[in-house]
Amino acid sequence: MAIDRFGVQLGLAFVVLAAAGFLLPAWAVFLLTLSLAKGLVVLGLLILWRTGLVPFGQALYFGAGAYAVGLLVLLTGLRDIVVLTLAAILIPMLLAWLVGLLLCRYRDIFFAMLSMAFSMILYGILVKTEALGSTDGFNVAPPTFLGFAPSGETMRVSIYLWVALLSLAAAYGVHRYLSSALGQLASAIRDNEIRVEYLGVSVQRVILIKAIIAAGLAGAGGAVTAFAVGHIDPDAMTYWTVSGEFVFITILSGTGSIFAPFVGSLLFELIRSFAIQYAPHFWQMVLGVSLLLIILFLPNGLWSVFTRLRKRG
Amino acid sequence: MALLETRGLTKTFGSVTAASNINVAVDEREVIGIIGANGAGKTTFVNMVTGYLKPSQGSIWYRGQDITRHAPREITRMGICRSFQVPQVFMSSSLFDNLLLGLGVAEQERPSFWRPLRQPHLVEAAELIVARYDMSQYRDQQVALLPQGVRKLLDIAMAMAHRPRIVLLDEPTSGVSVSEKFGIMDVVMGALRDTGVTVLFIEHDMEIISRYGSRVIAFAEGTILADGPPQQVLADEQVRRYVIGEELHRASGAAGGELGQPGGAHA
Repeated sequence: MAIDRFGVQLGLAFVVLAAAGFLLPAWAVFLLTLSLAKGLVVLGLLILWRTGLVPFGQALYFGAGAYAVGLLVLLTGLRDIVVLTLAAILIPMLLAWLVGLLLCRYRDIFFAMLSMAFSMILYGILVKTEALGSTDGFNVAPPTFLGFAPSGETMRVSIYLWVALLSLAAAYGVHRYLSSALGQLASAIRDNEIRVEYLGVSVQRVILIKAIIAAGLAGAGGAVTAFAVGHIDPDAMTYWTVSGEFVFITILSGTGSIFAPFVGSLLFELIRSFAIQYAPHFWQMVLGVSLLLIILFLPNGLWSVFTRLRKRG
Repeated sequence: MALLETRGLTKTFGSVTAASNINVAVDEREVIGIIGANGAGKTTFVNMVTGYLKPSQGSIWYRGQDITRHAPREITRMGICRSFQVPQVFMSSSLFDNLLLGLGVAEQERPSFWRPLRQPHLVEAAELIVARYDMSQYRDQQVALLPQGVRKLLDIAMAMAHRPRIVLLDEPTSGVSVSEKFGIMDVVMGALRDTGVTVLFIEHDMEIISRYGSRVIAFAEGTILADGPPQQVLADEQVRRYVIGEELHRASGAAGGELGQPGGAHA
């Protein structure tokens, strides 16, 4: 099979990411891990965003993925990272299918608010469930890699390499999906649902599929976060501000490229980390101003800078 | 057995009856012009046949199958497609990408989520459509920037993506300048004739009706006033009074046409 330009870009990205895992200090690897995990969630948002839908409750699936990992470790003793990640992808997808049957009937602000309402239902349940640690949450035991149980720095790098691999696999899958007829129906639905129906396609079904894919990606992001942090709780996983963060990163990134969510997430994490470090009382303001500047000067997101440069070149 | 048949089709909106007891049988390869004043029930008829509106009473039969309660997408997949008075196309994409997507989703029962849309055979088919509908100079332009006449052509070409047995065109020349109308109709009817599709088209211009239609159905106040060959229907006393007269009156205001003569707007 011929390797296309996108394949080469992915290969290069993996080499750079892998090298970063071995060369960068521990804090930077941890920051990259969380950035890629969020990038996975935002990649799902990109799919829905291109359809004209803004999900303001993606923390539902992010949290479902994280709690799926936590509960499986806690209740079954399963530790294998592949099996746990797979479960963390499939369970949110199933949840998205159930929620989507209702959600996919709505558009615009109603879609956004209803998706947030569902995520807050999960938040409410988790907060009230003492068996799951209520607001404190609970610790997640470290995963194993095909029977191998690394420790310390090796564990950190192993989880990082796993999320790097997941991110590249997701980027390739989403790239293929967006190039397909089903993927191309995103902007078509945003433009004109009537014509889509009169092309013989169910708009609701297409949106449902997109919501399910986005949920799977969010679940993967939640799982990796649970592995990396080693602790899960409702506030960090399912509260509406977490969903807001994903929307924030999507605006910051732009939806012009598959790589944009990952670059945007990294930038977000960097801004936040340094803002907390140097302006502990004003870090939210720093984030707010950053978003304001992006909206004012780069309304199509950070990625539009690359697009403009390429056009000039 | 007729290709398409409506039996006692009625549509009411509250106390308003938009269509009443419409009985029509359509055979293969007919080209039927539908005429009538505004509010006569023409678009309501097309909307019911294509599933956009559900009839209050009556039934719709296509190749011996009752399709009265089918959704638009099911009716489309069965072989009845349509264009719209206001073109329903994808404004943010290019003309070519509109066609490519139309052909891509028409090709499979369920659109693929993995196979790239840009397949060589689809690109080739889209290129042929661009040429057949005389849209080559607009091929890569964003649809939002296209003239209304080209959008109309694209809307009809999109309706034909499924290679339907029946196509219904809702005012294919509305919003198009008088000088462009016949050019557009020549292109459209030429392309449709090649496919052997049965055509029903709503039109206000009697010259277009008599030139392109093999049969005419005249609507008035939700009922069928006359149904037959163009010469016969257009000469019908009631049709002249309730349909053509009003059209000519409107046309005479705009183009100075002569009252009382069919097609006065272009005479």
